[in-house]
Amino acid sequence: MRLAGLEPLVIGDDALFVNVGERANVTGSRAFARMILAGDYAAAVEVARQQVHNGAQILDVNMDEAMLDSKAAMVRYLNLIAAEPDIARVPVMIDSSKWEVIEAGLKCVQGKPIVNSISLKEGEEPFLRQARAVMRHGAAVVVMCFDEKGQADTLERKTAIAKRSYDLLAGIGFPPEDVVVDPNVFAIATGIDEHANYAVDFIEATRWIRAHLPHAKVSGGISNVSFSFRGNDPVREAIHTVFLYHAIRAGLTMGIVNAGQLGVYDELDPELRERVEDAVLNRRPDATERLVSFAEGYKAAGRKVEEDLGWRDASVARRLEHALVKGIAAYVVEDTEEARLAVAARGGRPIEVIEGPLMAGMNVVGDLFGAGKMFLPQVVKSARVMKQAVAHLVPFIEAEKAAAGEAARSKGTIVLATVKGDVHDIGKNIVGVVLQCNNFDVVDLGVMVPAQKILAAAREHAADAIGLSGLITPSLEEMAHVAAEMKREGFTLPLLIGGATTSRVHTAVKIAPHYEGPTVYVPDASRAVGVTTSLLSEEGRASFVADVAADYARIREQHARKKGPALVPLERARANAFRADWTGYRPPRPAFLGRREIRNADLAQVAALIDWGPFFQTWELSGPYPAILDDPLVGESARSVLADGQAMLKRIVEERWLAAHGVVGFWPASSRGEDIVLWRDEARSAPALVWHGLRQQAAKAEDAPNLALADFVAPQEGPPDYLGAFAVTAGLGIERRLAQFEQAKDDYAGLMLKALADRLAEAFAEWLHRKVRRELWGYARDEDLDVDALVRERYRGIRPAPGYPACPDHAVKAPLFDLLGAPAIGMTVTESFAMLPASSVAGFYFAHPQARYFAVGRIGDDQLADYARRAGLAPGDARRRLAANLA
Amino acid sequence: MQPDRSEELRRLLRERILVLDGAMGTMIQQLRLGEADFRGPASCGLAGHAHDLRGDNDLLALTRPDAIAAIHDAYLAAGADIVETNTFNATRIAQADYGLQARVREINRAAAAIAREAADRWTTRTPAQPRFVAGAIGPTSRTASISPDVNDPGARNVTFDELEAAYREAADALIDGGADLLLVETVFDTLNAKAALSAIDAAFEARGQRLPLIVSGTITDASGRTLSGQTPTAFWYSVRHARPLAVGLNCALGAALMRPYLEEIARVAADTFVSCYPNAGLPNPMSDTGYDEAPEETGRMAGEFARSGFVNIVGGCCGTTPDHVRAIAEAVRGVPPRRVEEDAVAEAA
Repeated sequence: MRLAGLEPLVIGDDALFVNVGERANVTGSRAFARMILAGDYAAAVEVARQQVHNGAQILDVNMDEAMLDSKAAMVRYLNLIAAEPDIARVPVMIDSSKWEVIEAGLKCVQGKPIVNSISLKEGEEPFLRQARAVMRHGAAVVVMCFDEKGQADTLERKTAIAKRSYDLLAGIGFPPEDVVVDPNVFAIATGIDEHANYAVDFIEATRWIRAHLPHAKVSGGISNVSFSFRGNDPVREAIHTVFLYHAIRAGLTMGIVNAGQLGVYDELDPELRERVEDAVLNRRPDATERLVSFAEGYKAAGRKVEEDLGWRDASVARRLEHALVKGIAAYVVEDTEEARLAVAARGGRPIEVIEGPLMAGMNVVGDLFGAGKMFLPQVVKSARVMKQAVAHLVPFIEAEKAAAGEAARSKGTIVLATVKGDVHDIGKNIVGVVLQCNNFDVVDLGVMVPAQKILAAAREHAADAIGLSGLITPSLEEMAHVAAEMKREGFTLPLLIGGATTSRVHTAVKIAPHYEGPTVYVPDASRAVGVTTSLLSEEGRASFVADVAADYARIREQHARKKGPALVPLERARANAFRADWTGYRPPRPAFLGRREIRNADLAQVAALIDWGPFFQTWELSGPYPAILDDPLVGESARSVLADGQAMLKRIVEERWLAAHGVVGFWPASSRGEDIVLWRDEARSAPALVWHGLRQQAAKAEDAPNLALADFVAPQEGPPDYLGAFAVTAGLGIERRLAQFEQAKDDYAGLMLKALADRLAEAFAEWLHRKVRRELWGYARDEDLDVDALVRERYRGIRPAPGYPACPDHAVKAPLFDLLGAPAIGMTVTESFAMLPASSVAGFYFAHPQARYFAVGRIGDDQLADYARRAGLAPGDARRRLAANLA
Repeated sequence: MQPDRSEELRRLLRERILVLDGAMGTMIQQLRLGEADFRGPASCGLAGHAHDLRGDNDLLALTRPDAIAAIHDAYLAAGADIVETNTFNATRIAQADYGLQARVREINRAAAAIAREAADRWTTRTPAQPRFVAGAIGPTSRTASISPDVNDPGARNVTFDELEAAYREAADALIDGGADLLLVETVFDTLNAKAALSAIDAAFEARGQRLPLIVSGTITDASGRTLSGQTPTAFWYSVRHARPLAVGLNCALGAALMRPYLEEIARVAADTFVSCYPNAGLPNPMSDTGYDEAPEETGRMAGEFARSGFVNIVGGCCGTTPDHVRAIAEAVRGVPPRRVEEDAVAEAA
């Protein structure tokens, strides 16, 4: 049986027991019934979430309640949980005794669900009709052991009905693997003698079905068995545990259970277990009596279900971010209030809560979305939480405005449209929703909207900005057309561009030039708020517009330059190479030749060299470090993320979460044109690695050379020279931790750990480079620089990394890793030359005093051909590898 | 209705990798047609239509059948075994954006007939390479699993029943127009696809005859999921009941990024043929076709997929042209097709 929610669930013939969460069932849970009857679907959705968190692999949903429009409730509930990725990942069991409810449910579920149930109760004709419909919808089905005469309560009746149903289904081509038989779980220990063998009958029927009906599965509503002990949860739990233990051994495939309320057979109180087992297996005539009397004394309070509330201990900004990223609405109002009070305490305005932590949270959501770590439904959910937070703040914002004599008004009016010729609107709708959440008025004109209609609407609604969306390529032209029309009609308001085929470059080059107002590319929905807020804020607008304009101008310039004829022929570039004076310079000889490993580098020493600047970029907080910590907008977030980072870093170091290994080596080297040859021997007779380089080919001012890295290494006829190389990683052991965080659903900690591992790898590279300069190569034994000076590269020599601007071809990493023996310390490169673990750095060391970093930039076809020849590449492969350096 | 050519297709698929055509929209876009082309001659009755029609590519089956026929012809000449009808948006739901619900049946029937005529002409010309028409059924412009309203995640702007009715209308007309098989493609919401599959099943049942079916999903981004959040395996399990001739992926991402997801489908759908027709790389608005992957690059990747044993049917989606399809056909020529356990026991797990 292959079921699916958002994720697959395979239940084979020999699968382990599958538990079906039973709490989203109005007949089985009074609490759930109350929620549904009261229309409190938000709470009812939490019930489902709790079930899945507690390990339910399938979610049973039952709305059979006389006071309810069961069909409507089923549809509503299934649609609601479909929007919750952490619930919807598991398949659904659509549970009803009413066919119309089941059918309505089948029309709401995108995955492959199980229908629970159909039976021969009304005879063969409706049974087969329903089975065919189930098949057409691609669902599996539970067949109740029920026929025209009633529900089967003996082993003979159970097996006979099971066989008859199974054969009928086989006759219409229903896949046997998708048939689940429910041989009816009835209550035991009721005091009625006929009930005493019910559990045994179920278990034996299960055994028979698995032996005689190929591929059929068996299921049951487990809680029924303990019905007579309602109110005594510890005993019920024990009965379920024992009953399941035996039923599973007989072949029970799945059971509808309270996933949070299952014990472990071996851990039950032995005395309780024995009495329960007597009753379940009907081992002695007084079993019920003995269990009832024992149970009286066992009414201890049931175990409390605990929720992981660790995130509640973080700062308020972090909590809001967490709530947004996770889409948790439960605490957002109290957290928002706390943030508001904090802002008010320092004389700030309520709006700052939106512009500060809430926006920062939404930016994280946007990044995760962009990185493929969240998907659409989650983003929408985040937007919902955002809206609740904003709703809480609105009265305060309006009160403030009223006090200041301003009329309460929205942050602005945005006209949105999918342009003429295009009918795609999902992304645009999300942008609309997210903007609305952020207190903008949105006028959504829909799809296929001609320019004139957009402009008319903008005038009519006195819009503050226009947003255009489109998915297909021709829409890009239409957007340019709208921009031109806006200019022609004298508009000046901001124009936002979004949609899958749009880009910053395209916006800058093809759209912005048509319009004089601000034209801004918006990469995704959660960025829309930031951009729009900036564009419409009195304080920030001018600088934002100027920044964007400057950025786009630069992009246009780059784009134009790309096409420009600014290259010189390779021969002329070579003639203008950097010429080191090899006669007056004797290259230093390293302390050793060949490779050496550094295992388990001291993380405390390494951590002291961390450059925290890029850490904030990782978290999308922009600004130079340490000034960013006092930044009015992101300062709080920056401080908070830094505090969290340092706290985790401490644990990484103290508890040895990560291991840092490195390998460093030196080889005799000589340059040959743009290539650098690393030799196995000092005689320079056997090459160990030839590193093919590139030379800047842009036309240079008179005194500026056209650089290649090889210029910093002596040619073979010059003095004996050397090159170093290294590979370091700080990511060993990270997977285990990440898995733990993932299991704890703590994306934040996972991202933090990765960010810190990256920082540690960079710091390790810094640490090793210093050691190289001071000891291993030893050309700067007296160097004594602080972290700031190291970050500013105030030292002699460079360590360019393949893939970076001075040596853009990543491919050398493969032979470099071979040469260094990097796999010995757990480092490898993928077929596309990415390094594993991800938190790794590798590169070459140059010692020449004039060696410096530079960008190769664009190269000509002559150099491409030359490079391909030197590297033995097909021209197409070379072109692909160096695509970024070609026009 | 065409005779059931399942067995013929299965036989061919066991022998070699079949080639599907490339993009229709990209080709139409390059024709730079104007509003007048889309409205067609007076006989089409659209002169006074209140809605702008430029961009409604499917409508060209009625208003510029010559243009559509020429595109099919170019793909068939390039070596396509199967051509897709120009009906990606030809459902009542998608055509509502143009106010053309009433013409849906006519559009599908005409589009299928145009493709039929072109395919038959080429079958006559190259009898050793019979050609097939796949009736294309797109996702519509609405999603049955995702709420359009942030305040109400339970809201939907289309129901299963509406989708099913719209798909039934399109499927019936495609069959009437002469499609050999039906292709439910660019599935971004599996519930939409299930409505289509249900409608198609009902259509087949009503006719007492089935046609082969291909179901093709779309992995939207780096999350490796469909827009509605399913993993490739979950997607396959959710449509497997339709017992399609082939299942696969198309459109978004382009071949290079699609590879792991295609590999996953090829692995889990062991008993079914696998199809794949990616975009020509990622979108590049600077390019004429909107995409910048060169034909040889697309061909190279198709060849790599074929040699890796991932595919039985390959072609191109957005941004691909007859040159791409020619390159694909050349790249997979002679490469043995992916082996399919056609009579595998039902229970694989």
